[in-house]
Amino acid sequence: MSSRQRSGRSLLARSTPWLFLAVPLAFLVTFTYTPVFNMLFYSLTSWDGFSPDMEFVGRANYTELVTRPDLFQVFYVSLFYLASGVVQMVLALYFATVLSFNVRFRNFFKGVLFFPYLINGVAIGFVFLYFFQPGGTLDSVLGLFGARDEHLWLGDPDLVNWSLASVSLWRYLGLNFVLFLGAIQSIPGEIYEAAELDGANRWHQVRHLILPGIRPVVSLSAILVVSGSLSAFEIPYIMTGGANGSTTFVIQTVKLAFQFNKVGLASAAAVVLLVIVLLVTWIQRHLVPDEGVDLV
Amino acid sequence: MTTAQGVGARSAVAGKYLSLVVASVATLLPLAVVFMAALKTEPESANNGPLSVPHNWFNLENFQIAFTQGHMLRAFGNTAFILVFSVTGTVLIGSMTAYAIDRFRFPFRRLTISLFLLASLVPGVTTQVATFQIINSFGLFNNRWSAIALYAGTDIVSIIIFLQFMRAIPISLDEAARIDGASPLRIYRTVILPLLRPAIATVVIVKGVVIYNDFYIPFLYMPSPDLGVVSTSLFYFKGPYGAHWEIICAGAVLVIIPTLVVFLFLQRFIYNGFTRGATK
Repeated sequence: MSSRQRSGRSLLARSTPWLFLAVPLAFLVTFTYTPVFNMLFYSLTSWDGFSPDMEFVGRANYTELVTRPDLFQVFYVSLFYLASGVVQMVLALYFATVLSFNVRFRNFFKGVLFFPYLINGVAIGFVFLYFFQPGGTLDSVLGLFGARDEHLWLGDPDLVNWSLASVSLWRYLGLNFVLFLGAIQSIPGEIYEAAELDGANRWHQVRHLILPGIRPVVSLSAILVVSGSLSAFEIPYIMTGGANGSTTFVIQTVKLAFQFNKVGLASAAAVVLLVIVLLVTWIQRHLVPDEGVDLV
Repeated sequence: MTTAQGVGARSAVAGKYLSLVVASVATLLPLAVVFMAALKTEPESANNGPLSVPHNWFNLENFQIAFTQGHMLRAFGNTAFILVFSVTGTVLIGSMTAYAIDRFRFPFRRLTISLFLLASLVPGVTTQVATFQIINSFGLFNNRWSAIALYAGTDIVSIIIFLQFMRAIPISLDEAARIDGASPLRIYRTVILPLLRPAIATVVIVKGVVIYNDFYIPFLYMPSPDLGVVSTSLFYFKGPYGAHWEIICAGAVLVIIPTLVVFLFLQRFIYNGFTRGATK
């Protein structure tokens, strides 16, 4: 009797962690792993998303993706976001360095730079639709400086991606800046004092103290910039709907899947995006291995 | 020589402040003109340039139209509903996972951890094509629970935040409770959850902002107008008010103001929360 009781208890004890993990694991499998595997499978079919039969087409979807120039054009668009991401990192580093030392109205500047990151994406889209209107805010401000021509900032295929990428810079600079600022402030202050005693100027401090000290955060931001530039969606979709050559990878995938019912082709596109993002993350992990993400 | 140095240092300081002021203007100007446009009357907004100031700074008519005809009350209601359940779900899932992984040793523990960590690398936008079919097969399409399930069920970052806080809670506290005869569920409820309060605050703030701002998930899964959340309801201003910028701007301001208020009151938590959420 007593041994049976004990084995009953130990069974319960052994299953305790699984009772806590049951719901989280169910969600993990249902909404993360099943979609990934289904997507791999759909990408090999010509499924339309609702009909019961799925025709297996092998790698035809992938071939179509790389051979149709209009489908490939989205990679060209992401280069604009990548460029704005690089500018964003440089500006973020500059302002984080400036504001980590004594500056008047420090909290005000910090708050102003960060606040855009918190704003609703649709609201940002409308704010900048208004800003870029012909004869709108931007044209009026340029007019004050003597440049009086009106531009189709969002209608001209040569300008639209620059305009949209700069909105994304406006939106994400704050997060990048606060990340850098936090990392810089976690470098102990005595190090700067020692450096100043040794006669190091600000530039030397940035190069030899700050940059090495925040390397993990810089590499993390670099991944966020790369994967963000590939998966840009909200701003271009809200502002132009992908018109005038501003279609991004995700806009295209959403349109293929939900407007043109090409779930097979859309899945192939999504698989390509997933593979690229995983590859970038993997490269980053190998370049900067001292991330300290050991949870085991 | 000392004067040359002094001039150099002074112009460096001036350059520093100049750059800060330029950045602040570039950040605030697009918002300020929208705020002014929201206060203008229809002829004012049609005839005067965007940099002109509104005639009457207390003209709230556009807000009234945006709020009632744009169904913003319903939108805030739907967002609040989704927010409460998703955030609660995220906290429960994250803390339960962290408790099980950090406090127990069991077979396949490492595999379980790797499954969660690997999932954190999969960006949500890429898999929606297939996630859509799953939500649809559960009959959750056009249902607020689709968004709640996705927000609460795919947030690996929160789980990682909870894991990191959990490690800082001394295990002797659990053991003391266990010696007193407390069951694991009781320990989780009365010892762990209260001590996880800082982690919960972080997750509530970050998750709250993310859900309030999210457009993609409600747009894909809840297109019915009755289920409009803040983002999607504002998005639909584009059609009917196409040329009425004063109404669209009022709608945008209505959406931005709650964020501004929360930011002003919870600044410090918000900075900490987002730094933690992104780096961990």
